[in-house]
Amino acid sequence: MADTILRFGNAAPQSDPNPAFGDAASRVEGRLKVTGAAQYASDLFGAGTAHAYLHTSPIARGRITNIDETAARRVTGVLDIMTYKAVGDRVKPGALPGDKGFMGSTIAPLMSDQVWHSGQIVAVIVADTFEAAREASFRLKITYDAQPPTATFGSAGAESANAIPADKQDELAPSIGDAAAALAQAPVTIDAEYETPTQHHNAIELFTTAVAWRGDELTIWEPSQNMWGFRFGVAEQLGLDPANVRVISPFVGGAFGSRGSLTQRTALVALAARRVGRPVRLETTREQGFNIATYRAETRHRVRLGATPDGKLQALVHDGFEVTSRPDAYKVAGTDASTRLYACPNISSSVRITHADRNTPGFMRAPAEVPYLFALESAMDELAVKLDMDPVELRRVNDTMVEPVQKLPYTSRSLMACYEQAADAFGWAKRTKQPGSMRDGDWLVGWGCATAFYPTNIGAATARVRLNPDGTVRVQTAAHEIGTGVMTVLALMAGTALGVPIDRVHVDLGDSDLPPAPVSGGSNSTASLCTVVDKACRDIGDRIVRAAVAAKDGPFADRDPATLRFENGSLRGEGDASETLTQAMRRAAPGAIEAYAENMPDGVPPTALADLYQGHTTMTGGTKLKNRVEFAFGAQFVEIRVNTLTRELRAPRVVGAYSSGRIVNVKAAKSQYMGGQIWGISSALLEATEIDPRKARYMNQDLGEYYIPVNADITDVTTILVPEKDHEVNPLGIKGIGELGGVGLNAAVANAVYHATGVRVRKLPIRLENLLSANV
Amino acid sequence: MYPYLYDRATGIPDAVHATAGARTTPTAAPAQFIAGGTQLVDLMKLGVIAPERLVDINGLTMTAIAVGPDGLRLGALVRMAELERHPDVRRDYPVLAETMALAASQQIRAMASLAGNTLQRTRCEYFRDTAWSECNKRTPGSGCAAIGGVTRKMAVLGTSDQCIATYPGDFAQALVALGAVVHTTTRTLPFEQLHGGADRPHIETVLEADELITGFVVPAGPWTKRSTYVKVRDRQSYAYGLATAAVALHVEGGIVRDARIGLGGVAYKPWRAHEAEAALHGKKLDEDSAIAAARAAFAGAKPHGENAFKIDLGQRTLVRALLQANRMEG
Repeated sequence: MADTILRFGNAAPQSDPNPAFGDAASRVEGRLKVTGAAQYASDLFGAGTAHAYLHTSPIARGRITNIDETAARRVTGVLDIMTYKAVGDRVKPGALPGDKGFMGSTIAPLMSDQVWHSGQIVAVIVADTFEAAREASFRLKITYDAQPPTATFGSAGAESANAIPADKQDELAPSIGDAAAALAQAPVTIDAEYETPTQHHNAIELFTTAVAWRGDELTIWEPSQNMWGFRFGVAEQLGLDPANVRVISPFVGGAFGSRGSLTQRTALVALAARRVGRPVRLETTREQGFNIATYRAETRHRVRLGATPDGKLQALVHDGFEVTSRPDAYKVAGTDASTRLYACPNISSSVRITHADRNTPGFMRAPAEVPYLFALESAMDELAVKLDMDPVELRRVNDTMVEPVQKLPYTSRSLMACYEQAADAFGWAKRTKQPGSMRDGDWLVGWGCATAFYPTNIGAATARVRLNPDGTVRVQTAAHEIGTGVMTVLALMAGTALGVPIDRVHVDLGDSDLPPAPVSGGSNSTASLCTVVDKACRDIGDRIVRAAVAAKDGPFADRDPATLRFENGSLRGEGDASETLTQAMRRAAPGAIEAYAENMPDGVPPTALADLYQGHTTMTGGTKLKNRVEFAFGAQFVEIRVNTLTRELRAPRVVGAYSSGRIVNVKAAKSQYMGGQIWGISSALLEATEIDPRKARYMNQDLGEYYIPVNADITDVTTILVPEKDHEVNPLGIKGIGELGGVGLNAAVANAVYHATGVRVRKLPIRLENLLSANV
Repeated sequence: MYPYLYDRATGIPDAVHATAGARTTPTAAPAQFIAGGTQLVDLMKLGVIAPERLVDINGLTMTAIAVGPDGLRLGALVRMAELERHPDVRRDYPVLAETMALAASQQIRAMASLAGNTLQRTRCEYFRDTAWSECNKRTPGSGCAAIGGVTRKMAVLGTSDQCIATYPGDFAQALVALGAVVHTTTRTLPFEQLHGGADRPHIETVLEADELITGFVVPAGPWTKRSTYVKVRDRQSYAYGLATAAVALHVEGGIVRDARIGLGGVAYKPWRAHEAEAALHGKKLDEDSAIAAARAAFAGAKPHGENAFKIDLGQRTLVRALLQANRMEG
C-alpha cells in the first residue's frame, strides 16, 4: 500500500503557537492493543456475574398475545425472564438528543406488549451462564398478533412529514434568492434523483453491557462515546441520582456514532441485575446489534442545478427524503451541508422524513455529509458532463471564500489547494474525457473526483492535569478512546505544553468519574479536549514560571516570564539558563501540581458548561456562528476498474488530500483519513443492509453477508495532508478530522464508474448488475 | 442453541454406529457428524438445526491426497487449505486448487474438510433466519419465503416452486465438471448424483443419516490441466459467488474434443452444464462459440425478481472462463 504524507518539519517550534503539523507519534496504547492486554468494557466482569441474553421479535408490528415461559424456566441455571409484564414503566423511554435526551431511540421495548420493529427486544433472560440464557431464549414461546408492517419509502402505511421544525428552517433547510425562477432561466440544468441504502456501523466490539449494584450505586461497563451522557441518561430512565451512576469504558472497539446515544438495553440490564441481586453481563449477537442500536438512515434525494454555460451555479435545489421509525423524528438533514459548499445566488432545500416500522436510525460517521454529498457531488459531475467541462474546473469556477447562504466568510477554505495536490498525485491530467475511453486489458478504467467537507465543531470541555514530583504528567477527562487516537493526541498536547516526552504522560479516559468531556461526535474531540488540556497545562506552567522568576537564588531570577519555556524535561530561558522540570516545580509546590480546567469555546451558549455537567454536549462551529462559518475541506480521487465481460468493480487506487487546520498528530491523522477513504469505497460499492418489506426485517445481519472490504479490495491508498493555518476557528487552530476522510467518496466512485462505462448509477451501492447493459 | 452430546469417533465403524437408526435425512438426524464444524455450529447457533449429538470424525484417517495415473484420490477429511497448496494438484488439476483459493477465508479453509465442503448448505437468508416460518428446506411443506422476497443471491437454474436457494460452494462445481466419484461407507456414486433436486428441498443429498463420505476420486483425463475456475462476486475474498464457472478443456488442433463445465452461484445444486458442453464439442473455441455455449447453458434459466441479472452474468462468467481456459497450456 503506497501512501504519502506531505510534512513540514517535525515537532512544532515553540515560536509558532499554531503550527500546521505536529508530531508523528505512534499510539500510546498501541502496544496494549496489539498484545491483547488492553481492557475493553466487555472484558471487565468478575466472578459471580450472571449472563443475560436478549430474546427479540420476529415481527415488525403488532402485539404480544401470549408468553409461555414454562420450557424456558426449566433450563438449569435460569434466574430470571424479564418481559414487558415485569418492566412496564419501571424503565422510562427517555428522549432523543434533539429533545434534550440521551437516547438513540425512544422505543422502550419492554414498556408494553407493543412491537415497533423487527428485532425489538421482547425479553431479557438471565442465567448462570451465557449458554443457559441462550437456550432459555430458544425455549421461550411468545405468540404475536402480527400486523402488516411499513418497511420504507412507498410502503403502505408510510407517513411522510416535514423533518425541519419552523425555528430550525434557516439553519437546516436554507433558502436564498429565488431558486425556482433561476432554475427556469438557467441555460444548463440538471434534475436527478439519488438513493442511499440503510447501512450499519458494524463495529467489531459487539454491543455489550455489564452492570453491578452496590446498594443504590450502579456501575456500568459499556463501550461508549458519551460517558457523562450515559450516566445521566440511565439515571433518568431508572429514576436514580446521577451521582450514584458510574459508566466505565476504558477502550472502545469501534463506535462510528453507534455508541454516542444510549440504547434501550443498558437500563434493562441494570434492572435485571437489581432483580437477580447479582452483577449481570450482556453480550448481544451480531444479528441483534443490527436491531437494538442505531444505523445510517435510508435516504433519497432530488437535486436540481442550474448553471451558466461557463459553469457558474445559478440555482441549487436539494430536497432530501429519509426513513425513520414510527415514533421518533430523527433526521439526517444534510441540506445544511449541501447548500453551503459552492457559490450560488439562488438556493432552496427541504427535508422530509417517512415514518416506518423500523428501529430509529441515528448518527453514523459524517451522518449528514455522506448521503447528502453523494447526491450533490454526483449532480455536480453530471453538470460537468453536460457542460463538457473538467469536473475539477467546475469546482474551481464555483469556489468561494464567502459561504453562499449567510454570506459569511469561511475562516479558511483550502478546497482548491486540496484539488490541486490530489489531482497532481493522482495523475488527473492524463485522464481522457470520453466515458469508456480508458482501458487496461480486460478492464475499463474510470477516474472520478468529488469534494469532501465537514463542519468544524468544538464543545465545552473540562480536564484535570497533574504534574507529579517525578516529572510525570497525568491527564484526566471523561473522553473516549474509540480508536481515533485521542489518548495520544492529549499526551502530545500535554507533553508539548509542559516539555515532557509522551512516554512520561499518562492519559485517563473512559470513566464518568473523570471531569466531563463532550460526546465523541461531530469530529469535535481533538479541538475541544486539546484546548482544555492545554489550558490546564498552562495553568501549571504559569505557577512554575512565576515561582522561577520570583526565586532570587535561581537561574531565572527577575526574568520576563514570557521568555521562559518548557522543553525536553527542563525549564529554559534565554541563553544557557536551564533547570530540570522537577527542580523548577519544587519552588511552586512541595509536591504535585494539579490544575482543573474548564473551557467555554467562543460561540457556545452561556449554559454550555453547566449543561456539560448534566451530560449534555453543546457544540458550536460549522454554520452556527454569527460572524463566520467553519468547515474543513478535501478532494477525493478514485480509479475504478470494471471488467469488460463480467462487470465486477474494483477500486485499485484512491487519492485524497485534506486540509483541516492544525494537525496535532500527523500519523494518527493519516490513519484516520485513510480509514475514511477505505470506508468510502466500502460505502459506495459494498455496504447495504437489505430489508424484506413483507416483514420489514433485515436480511443480511452478519459480517458474512453485510459486506465490508477485505484487504484484497484495497490496494493503493494515498493520503495527503495539505497545510492550513486557521487562527479563527479556535486559539489552537484545530479543525476536526474524524469524519472528513469518508465524505464525497460515494460520489467520486459513482463519477468514476460513469467515466469507465458511461452508466450513471444514482443508487448505492453500485453493483455489477448496474453495468451489464453498458454500451462499452 | 440447545445443549448437545459430543462424541469422538475412534474409527469409521464407530462413527457409523453412533449415527445409525435415524429414519430421517442426515440434516434432520438427531446424531450428526462434525468435521471442521465451520457451518454446522453456525447453523446450530442460529437455531436452524438442533442435533442432540455430534460425532466428531476428525480423528479418522481419511486425510490423504494421492495423484496417480488414473486420477486424483482425496480423503474426505483433507482440509481445504491442504488441497489449495498441494503442488501436484496445482499442476495437474488447477481448477480444484483455484476453487479452494477463492473459497471462504484462510481461517475457514484451514478448518473445513473437503467432504463437509461439498455438503455445505445454502446461504439463503430465509433458510438461515428462523423468523421466516416458510422454508421447505427447514420445514417440509411450509412454503418458500424467498419467492417474492429479496432474491439477488437466489438461483436461476434448477429451482422449483418449492425452493429457489443457491448452492453456495465452489469445490463442488469443479468436482461435477471433472466427473468425480464419491466414495461413502456403503457405496460409490457419481458426484453429480450426490445432491438432490429442488422438487424435494429438505432432501439435500442421497446420503443416509449414518452414511459417511470417505473420499473422492477425480478421474484423470486430457482436460484436467487446461482447467480453471472463475468466480465473480462483490468483493475479492470471503464472499460467495454471484456467478461462477469451473471449466476443463481438451483441445486438439484448435478443436474442442471435450469440454467439462460446472456452474455455481446461479444454480440450486452443483450444476453440470451438459448442453453447453455439447454445444462446444468439435467446435473451435472462440468468443462466438463460447457465447453460444453459454446461451445453451442458461436456456432453461428462470429469474425471480432482482436475480434476473444472473442469467446474463452467468453467461458472461462462463464465456470468460472458457476463453481463459482456452489460453492455458493443455
